[in-house]
Amino acid sequence: MLRVQRLTKTYPTAGGPLTVLHEASFELSAGASMAIVGPSGSGKTTLLGLCAGLDRATSGSIELAGEVLDGLDEDARARVRNASVGFVFQNFQLIPTLTALENVLVPLELRGERGCEPQGRALLERVGLAARSHHYPVQLSGGEQQRVALARAFINAPKILFCDEPTGNLDEDTAASMVELIFGLNRERGTTLVMVTHNAELAARCERILRLKGGAVLPEGLAPAAR
Amino acid sequence: MRFILQMAWRDSRASRGRLLLYSLSIVLGIAALVSISSFGSNVRRGMDSEARGILGADLFVTAPAPLPAPVLDYLGSLGGTLARERIFSSMMTFTSSRHLRLVLVHAVQGDFPFYGKFETDPAGGSGLLRSGGNVVILEPTLLSQFGVRVGDEVKLGRSLFRVAGSIRKVPGESPGVAMMAPRAYIPMGALEATGLTGPEALARHRAMVRLPAGRDPDAVVREMKERFSALRLSFETVSERKRSLGQALDNLDGFLSLVGFIALVLGGIGVASALHAHIRGKIASVAVMRCLGASAAQSFSVYLVQGLGLGIAGAAAGAVLGVGVQKALPLLFQGLLPFDIDFFISWPDVARGAGAGVVICVLFSLLPLLAVRRIPPLAALRSSAADRAAGSPDPWRLAVVALITAAVAAFAVWQTGKLAVGLGFTAVLGLGFIVLAALGVLVSWSARRFAPRGFPYVLRQGLANLHRPNNRTVLLLVSLGLGTFLVVTLFLVRTTLLREIRGAGALGRPNLVFFDIQDDQMGALAEAAKAAGSPVIESAPIVTMKILSVRGVPVAKLLADKSERIPSWTLRREYRSTYRGAVTGTEKVVKGAFSGRADPAAGPVPVSVEEGLAEEMRLGVGDEIEWDVQGLPVHTRVGSVRSVEWRRMEPNFFVVFPEGVLEGAPKTYVAAVHADNAEASAQVQRAVVDDFPNVTAIDLKLVVETLDGIFSKVALAVQFMALFTVATGLIVLSGAILTGRHQRIRETVLLRTLGASRRQVSQIQLVEYGVLGVQAAVVGSLLAVAGNALLAQFVFHVNPVAPFGEVAAGMGVVTALTIATGFLAGRGITNHPPLEILRNEA
Repeated sequence: MLRVQRLTKTYPTAGGPLTVLHEASFELSAGASMAIVGPSGSGKTTLLGLCAGLDRATSGSIELAGEVLDGLDEDARARVRNASVGFVFQNFQLIPTLTALENVLVPLELRGERGCEPQGRALLERVGLAARSHHYPVQLSGGEQQRVALARAFINAPKILFCDEPTGNLDEDTAASMVELIFGLNRERGTTLVMVTHNAELAARCERILRLKGGAVLPEGLAPAAR
Repeated sequence: MRFILQMAWRDSRASRGRLLLYSLSIVLGIAALVSISSFGSNVRRGMDSEARGILGADLFVTAPAPLPAPVLDYLGSLGGTLARERIFSSMMTFTSSRHLRLVLVHAVQGDFPFYGKFETDPAGGSGLLRSGGNVVILEPTLLSQFGVRVGDEVKLGRSLFRVAGSIRKVPGESPGVAMMAPRAYIPMGALEATGLTGPEALARHRAMVRLPAGRDPDAVVREMKERFSALRLSFETVSERKRSLGQALDNLDGFLSLVGFIALVLGGIGVASALHAHIRGKIASVAVMRCLGASAAQSFSVYLVQGLGLGIAGAAAGAVLGVGVQKALPLLFQGLLPFDIDFFISWPDVARGAGAGVVICVLFSLLPLLAVRRIPPLAALRSSAADRAAGSPDPWRLAVVALITAAVAAFAVWQTGKLAVGLGFTAVLGLGFIVLAALGVLVSWSARRFAPRGFPYVLRQGLANLHRPNNRTVLLLVSLGLGTFLVVTLFLVRTTLLREIRGAGALGRPNLVFFDIQDDQMGALAEAAKAAGSPVIESAPIVTMKILSVRGVPVAKLLADKSERIPSWTLRREYRSTYRGAVTGTEKVVKGAFSGRADPAAGPVPVSVEEGLAEEMRLGVGDEIEWDVQGLPVHTRVGSVRSVEWRRMEPNFFVVFPEGVLEGAPKTYVAAVHADNAEASAQVQRAVVDDFPNVTAIDLKLVVETLDGIFSKVALAVQFMALFTVATGLIVLSGAILTGRHQRIRETVLLRTLGASRRQVSQIQLVEYGVLGVQAAVVGSLLAVAGNALLAQFVFHVNPVAPFGEVAAGMGVVTALTIATGFLAGRGITNHPPLEILRNEA
């Protein structure tokens, strides 16, 4: 599902080029789950962004859901994202001017699909927010916003779900129920999961853990309790 | 497409009110354009519907001497109807107050006007005029100025006339003309007895003709020009009057539209700035949309649709307001147009103004909207990614700037109909923008660099607001500064011109000039003036003459030669020349040498020609001119070329002869005196005119009043349009404050949380708006002082005047308006407890 080869990202800075990711390589099969962990500034978010086609690598190659992203322009990568990728962000990233239901429907509406409201409602019901579908983000709590984001991530039946610190802004109880939802939906729909997290417990629930340090991938080990 | 429209609508939910407010920036510009051009259409239609009434006849034939019998016979043979008029200047004495005033006498005979109506107040005055007798119909200003009532008597020459009424409307005359000298209509039959008909009296003689149906007036003019080419006749037909009126209207209309267009361009900048802030608030939403699969074009289109919606809303509101303003415009132009105007909405003009508004709005919106294309999806993960992308150069921005410049230039050229003028306007506007924007950057930089650390906190914080991220310093300086610049320039030009004329009469210089003094009256007049307390300071003999040939080529040949580039007026006119032994204080010889005395028997007489005339006629020193001095040929050559200060109220001449040549020719005199005050002026005028009724006087004070009147009318219309620019500047200011409101609220709440009092927060705002207002006012006013100096130097050739007190007052008003607008737009931020605002604005 995801093949990454010798991926490097360098940013030009005033003090010279800064390499934030150095020759990272790994593969992830369909339906698998993987946590990317490492200290702050180790290149986790950069790697996630590159894998999801949000940015271009300086060198190396990415194959996502059967598409090689390297030569694609931004709009072509947007089409890949719309067709195959779901996102959950640390700070929820709901569009503040859209209601919960409208936020969930954006990926389908981008494709020009009509009459997809029932799908959206069903997903909101699945995350326990059926009654809040017409509420705006500002009217929802943090946990509720993240559940709307999760519903939005699954609306386009993604082949792969990218999560960036999905529980980073939530309290313990809310975070726990969010984690259950992510893994539950992931299982139900057979989605591949890539998650950046600082939370060792959460990382441990993934089948694989990719450890980063100083932009380089450390030797990989299996998670102790893959479930 | 559906997604784009849907998303544009949904995305605007939280900011529709604010977006509408942004659209206000262009409302006034559009209103200005719509009102001016729609009003122009009203005027044109009025002109068409009253076409014949504009002239009152099919044809005017005018000559500087009584119309010769062959001309009258020819006109009579056309089979139409004829009316006659003699027009000349004379002094009128208002017997009740013993005041005098130079008036333009129209002695009329016949059934003029043939079309339209001669309306008087009370009605029926024109009938009395036709019946004959000593009745006069006066300009309304004379009645109010001298307290004259209907039935009172006034004196013209030797005769007394009963005032039968005041003029309301006369076909054939523009009321604007009457500003130079108020009109007085009398029956032709009463003219002889006034004693004002002597051969020395300068008068225009006019035949007004109604042609039989089917006869083309222009064809008649062509025939007469051929048949009477030797006579100095001038003609006027309805179509010609319409053409010249239409041209004047096009010029005024085009100029006012340009002033209004500046407001629109400023509004465009306001919209661009507001959208810039709007887009900055949307970076996260756009990044998320991009993450979810929206293409750059889709995201861009969402906001382009919003920009377009903004333009359409602004255009609609502007069009409605424009139509409202259009209703008020006839009041501004009252007394300047020779016909009535019916109000109607000219839809093509409304569409044109609104269309220009939408185009400008969309073009200016593109500048901030282009940034949307470059918001990377990565910005959803890292906000710094958006800043990185925004920092790289974007060739499309340059393309849009070029497109905006081209659109502005195209509009200016379209409005003025002249390529050079349109491009010149664009260049000046661009220069104004660049100067103000550069000063804005300098102010912002100075506030950061030079704000003294020892200043009290509120002062430092207020100054810091001028250079903080997302500040509006440049935008506000450009919009307010440009508005101030326009209004103050107009004001200074007016002051400069009026001061120059007033100044001419200061320090004992002549301020009252007597004309048409006969040869034998000069001595007695000087005595009378001296006895009245205002002795003659200067006098000059005037000899009338015409040109026979230039450089040996007869005038008729020069006029017939189409390749000849000498303007015909210089060849056809009657010259009123003088002779004297030296140049005067208002003259300077620039070429050749002035000859004070000459002997005509010794060869061509060396004459001195005024610089401008020499240029027009392409005359150089040594060129020969032959004159017809009332029947006698006089052979001259250009001995010198003089520059003349025409604006001085002293007798000045195009051509000055040396002594020893013209002394024997029939001549009149002009004499100038200095009257210390209005009473002294009235006294000397009475003394002179009582004894010499043929003599006319021009009082400098009246000239100043007249010019002021004309200038005020035109300036009022221009200033009215310029006010749209200032008001747009204030709206842009409000918009800028509101767009920065969120940021301000956060800062204010933080300050309040840290213990700042409401008073301190208000003081910080006062410093910020005060500095902005003062700078806009100072920079705008300084530019205006410079603009006025340039206009005075190169266009009006006078010394510029920039009265400090008045400029400072203008600066004070702009500053006060800026501060007041700032406080009004920002109200509510300081009045609420921090927690309440945090809840509402979070």
